[in-house]
Amino acid sequence: MIALRPRIERLVEAGLGASAGLSIAATALLVVTMALEVTRFFAEVTPAQVLFDTVWAPLFAAPRYGIWPLLLGTVVTTLLAVAVALPLGLLSAVFLAELASPRTRRWLKPTLEVLAGVPTIAYGFFALTIVTPALQRVLPDLPGLNTLSPGLVMGVMITPLFGSIAEDALVAVPNALREASLALGANRLRTLALVVLPAARPGLRAALALAASRAMGETMIVAIAAGPSATMTAYIAQVGLGDVPAETTAFRTLFVVGAVLFALTLTLNQLARRGR
Amino acid sequence: MSAAASSSRGERGLLAACVFAVAAPLLVLSVLVVGVVVQAAPHLDLEFLLSGPSRFADRAGIYPAALGSLALIALTAALAVPVGVGAAIYLQEYAGRGRWARLVETNIATLAGVPSVLYGLVGLEVFVRAVGLGRSLASGALTLAMLALPIVIIAAREALRAVPHELREAGLALGATRWQMVWQVVLPVAAPGILTGIILATSRALGEAAPLLVLGAVVFVSDPPTGWSSPFTALPLQVFQWASRPQEAFAQAAAAGIVVLMVTLLMLNAAAIVLRDRARRRGA
Repeated sequence: MIALRPRIERLVEAGLGASAGLSIAATALLVVTMALEVTRFFAEVTPAQVLFDTVWAPLFAAPRYGIWPLLLGTVVTTLLAVAVALPLGLLSAVFLAELASPRTRRWLKPTLEVLAGVPTIAYGFFALTIVTPALQRVLPDLPGLNTLSPGLVMGVMITPLFGSIAEDALVAVPNALREASLALGANRLRTLALVVLPAARPGLRAALALAASRAMGETMIVAIAAGPSATMTAYIAQVGLGDVPAETTAFRTLFVVGAVLFALTLTLNQLARRGR
Repeated sequence: MSAAASSSRGERGLLAACVFAVAAPLLVLSVLVVGVVVQAAPHLDLEFLLSGPSRFADRAGIYPAALGSLALIALTAALAVPVGVGAAIYLQEYAGRGRWARLVETNIATLAGVPSVLYGLVGLEVFVRAVGLGRSLASGALTLAMLALPIVIIAAREALRAVPHELREAGLALGATRWQMVWQVVLPVAAPGILTGIILATSRALGEAAPLLVLGAVVFVSDPPTGWSSPFTALPLQVFQWASRPQEAFAQAAAAGIVVLMVTLLMLNAAAIVLRDRARRRGA
């Protein structure tokens, strides 16, 4: 049979295989680019200058490369986002998976999915022009560019993502567990808290890791509302505006920060994959 | 609804909290939409759609940016769709479960989780500088194609996986070769699902600003692109540029740009979701 297979079959298979190979090439480009520029960077700067300094000022005449302020900004905005998305997303997942009638589900789920299509630049503009002024009324000392407002808005942005994966995790819990618990006399609240949520815990953890990774890599919201060197992504975006000449140490910092971001999001995504 | 009828106070409390959790993001989004539309209102007219950017905020329009986005998305789709669908067909219909297939699969999952801004760094280093395409439409499209590729592959695979196995076996049993079977049996059934994935990937690329920002495509561009090598701007970039200016009038222009972008994206996404749900109900 194989010997009789016309040549066109082999050509098609080779073409399709090459397409799959191109996706590997994309990853290779990503890794090689980062590795190359990071290596060049560390030929000029010692690791100690990055790890044991607390000031990030690569564009100054006397440049300093302490990465901690950028990392701190990223961690703060990510934690704020998770603090918003965790309760909202978990409760909406419980609502959709356990409480809502099929009719409510049918229109609510697509509506929440459409939310995921709002461009992040719109969220950034929203954080800058509406949320920050509103927060300033409560906290008069809050500067116009801050990490609080974009962190909170990012939380709203990742809520549909987290909620949707968390719902999948709840739906995957076998009904027999719920029925057993109800048959033992537990009400729905106890069943949810003591049976369903614990059974869904690996999936929920995966959803959280994925949502946190998305928040960590989000760029436009922080670039607009948090300012140039507030987080790792904001730094990369701002310096990309073209005022850093290529082939300088300052230019290479883009890739160093990028490599750290890549490593962190990859770790979170690996955690998520293991949980699903 | 049995939950609502329940007598337990705890359950009613839970239900209330859940309803709040579902309503809160929707409410926030309504505030966002209303706030942006109110800011955009004085600026949003036909002239805004048909004129170029300007130093004078009240005359600034999105014509070159809108055409730039359109060209960018067309090129991105032309690059990412054939490769993405091809890779999905290979993985689902040809590759089996060997080591190579698993490697490609892990790789695609990894790519899908890479923050978009990092694709900008790759594009800057590889397409703009190493290949020498400069800050052109081609560089932008190649960069966005890298971003869209895993989305297309994952969605297309899901659509292919949903095609019942009996159809494949029937095709092969009738003497079709593998490719004849894929082309004439599997692809027509999977088409709506694949199309949904393509729309979602395109709308994602259309709304992305971060990678293009890193490419350095934020120059003042007053004309629509004329070819693959011409400089360009795109809607989200134009919005970013206006939003970073201090003057109130430019904020209005940014808001107006956001309205245009959001209307386009929400329509695309709604179309994709309707298409998918209809395909699912047909049992494909």
